[in-house]
Amino acid sequence: MTDAANPEQVLFASTAQAFLDKEAPLSRVRELHATGASFDTAWWHRAAELGWASMLVPEELGGGSVSGDGVADLALIAEQIGRTVAPGPLHPVNTVLAGLVDADNAETHSATIEALVAGELIASWAVYEPGGSWSPGDTTVTATPTESGYRIDGVKDRVEAGEQSGVFLVAADCESTIRQFLVPADAAGVLVEGQKSIDLVKRYARVTFDGVEVGAEAVVGSAAQTPALLARQGQIAQILQCAEVVGILDTVLAFTVQWGLDRHSFGRPLGSYQALKHRFADMKIWFEACRATTGAAVADVAARAPSAEMSVSVAKSYLGDHAAPMLQHCIQLHGGIGVTWEHDLHLYLRRATLYRSMFGTPEEHNLRVYALTTEMENAS
Amino acid sequence: VTETTSVRTDDKAPHGPVESVPDFAARARAWLANNMPRVDPANLPEADRGAEGPWLRARELQKKLHAGGFAGICFPRDYGGLGLPFAYQKAFDNESRGYELPVILNTPTFTICAATILDTGTEEQKRQHISGAIRGDEVLVQLLSEPSGGSDLAGVITRADRRGDRWVINGAKTWSTSAFAADYGLLLARTNWDVPKHEGLTMFLVPIKSPGITMRRILQVDGGNEFCEEFFDDLELSDDAVVGEVNDGWAVASRQMYHERRAVGGGSEFASGIGAEGETDQEIDYPALLEATGRSDDPRAREMAGRALVRRAVQEQLISHVYHGVLDGSLPAAAGSIIRISHAETVQFEIDTALAIVGSAGVVDDGSGLSRYGDRFLSRQTASLGGGTNEIARNVIGERILGFPREHAADRGVPFNQVKHRRD
Repeated sequence: MTDAANPEQVLFASTAQAFLDKEAPLSRVRELHATGASFDTAWWHRAAELGWASMLVPEELGGGSVSGDGVADLALIAEQIGRTVAPGPLHPVNTVLAGLVDADNAETHSATIEALVAGELIASWAVYEPGGSWSPGDTTVTATPTESGYRIDGVKDRVEAGEQSGVFLVAADCESTIRQFLVPADAAGVLVEGQKSIDLVKRYARVTFDGVEVGAEAVVGSAAQTPALLARQGQIAQILQCAEVVGILDTVLAFTVQWGLDRHSFGRPLGSYQALKHRFADMKIWFEACRATTGAAVADVAARAPSAEMSVSVAKSYLGDHAAPMLQHCIQLHGGIGVTWEHDLHLYLRRATLYRSMFGTPEEHNLRVYALTTEMENAS
Repeated sequence: VTETTSVRTDDKAPHGPVESVPDFAARARAWLANNMPRVDPANLPEADRGAEGPWLRARELQKKLHAGGFAGICFPRDYGGLGLPFAYQKAFDNESRGYELPVILNTPTFTICAATILDTGTEEQKRQHISGAIRGDEVLVQLLSEPSGGSDLAGVITRADRRGDRWVINGAKTWSTSAFAADYGLLLARTNWDVPKHEGLTMFLVPIKSPGITMRRILQVDGGNEFCEEFFDDLELSDDAVVGEVNDGWAVASRQMYHERRAVGGGSEFASGIGAEGETDQEIDYPALLEATGRSDDPRAREMAGRALVRRAVQEQLISHVYHGVLDGSLPAAAGSIIRISHAETVQFEIDTALAIVGSAGVVDDGSGLSRYGDRFLSRQTASLGGGTNEIARNVIGERILGFPREHAADRGVPFNQVKHRRD
């Protein structure tokens, strides 16, 4: 993932970094939080001009990526975003795009895809339901066929950037088959209520669909391909989280190691104490493991490998288990300053903790890994 | 000692056109099918490294490999090998899955001892010992640790004194892997006591079955007795037993440790054949374990097993990540210690998970055979101790990768005969 081997990828990453350094430093994250804002849509528009919403989209649909491997490029951006836990709808927009471009009726949605690529429109995957855990194949929301299309009823929640989304990709039960629909946020009967998260700027929403009428063209993909689309969307959402967490850990570990070298107690650097040195060593091991497993997951998703489902769950479980505890170690190593509002550590801890539990907890992914293992054994 | 690259090619190329990797693999496939015994990978023959039988068997199998022209694939042709790059060894490994191979000869004989002799030995030593090992005539081991030493490997007190034109060895070594089955050992001894500890050491190649060596097996908690301790009483050696320079034995020992770290991660081109060495080395089959305990549908057991499978998968990914990172320079060579620790932690996590899943069947033999997981738990720490402890490896990561100050050592720069060795 960060094996940015080709020069275009290196340039792409450094452009992204320069943009984020200038436009989305940690101070900006704090400002947004202080004003109760999540992100600035004009800012996202500029990010989209850098190609942040085009990587998963084929050229014939107006997209393209610098390296030809859009998934790897996208992971690279996510990792950069982790460095300043930047705001913005990178995850929801690209997750929706992953589903739209793979759908066999992608052409029908070309205007939506184009607007998303341009950063003029924001979309989000409405997949969680109130009280429910991560289970994208199960839904209580219904899509009832009508004369002109479908009527959507039900409630979704934890919809990222729901308040700023112009359209939702909604998984719904249509005559006992799961299908997905593009539902405009301004359609009659759609009610969006904001939900705060543990993160300073990431906001979510509860979205109620009360007799919402959509046309027949709102459906995304055939019934037969919908499970595959759901799986792909899930994988994209999950590797984005993992890559962003790698960027978070890399950044926090670097400044914590520096602290261990600079900070002196009893006339010695902190890192000279073996108890602390060993804690640092453990974090280095976990960090390289996080990078290794994320890289493997990104590569499998990029290649659409049959093992992608397994690799992604392995990475999500491992990072979920390790990232937030590593940041807690870093807080401990900083001492009292680590638990102050002024220090930036909590900004990183917030984002990593949010991702630990969204799109599958480590426990849920462990169950998935076990189930996939037995399936493979039975198949062989 | 200079670093060697992992790919060795030889000046003495075979005559005629060079055989391609696929051609070599095809020839290996045919030869294996006609000459080597097949094994069921799920039911491997028990290769107890502490018993004599497997070592005799390994020598026999190695002789077959040699006779067939598939031994020492990456060792130079001058010393009995084939002088081929790593890709040929990997191709052979791939073809040899499902066949019985002398895998217990890999470490330490080939990956550590022969590799180190190749780097540091005299021409005569290379011709005798590397060739001997490749022919299946010689098993090589390391005689490094001492009863008084522990992690302080350079603090050896086994002495080599000059008497006329001979060296006379006195002292003791311990934790020598499979020394009972060996022909020669690389022995580190102190030859100068008036200089700091690293500067007064010399490496010797010692014939194990010599008068002056008394060997004793160490019985381990799991019943294994592969490790040995040796006592040296006026063992006499000549100058041609010296490996490297006199008083520069630490350079040779460092080379051994370098090769050992590479071998642990599966990154040695000198290993031939892959896979478990026997039943105790086999991966835990979690679905089988859940079935045996009637917990196949128990979400708690499935979740625990899933987490252990995650750790196992990540360990494999980490090995590959570190191997490539060291190769492309994004990680320092000391990153081998990352794999060293994570391997131990993964083994520990897996054994703990298995013990938890089997419950009381792991501690009372109810006839199910699951008490073997209790036995494995008892010797769990082996993985965290062997080949240097986790604690030393954490120091390596903290100091050589992260750049923190080195641990205080009271013996640094101090002539060895002035270093304090025990409480007054």
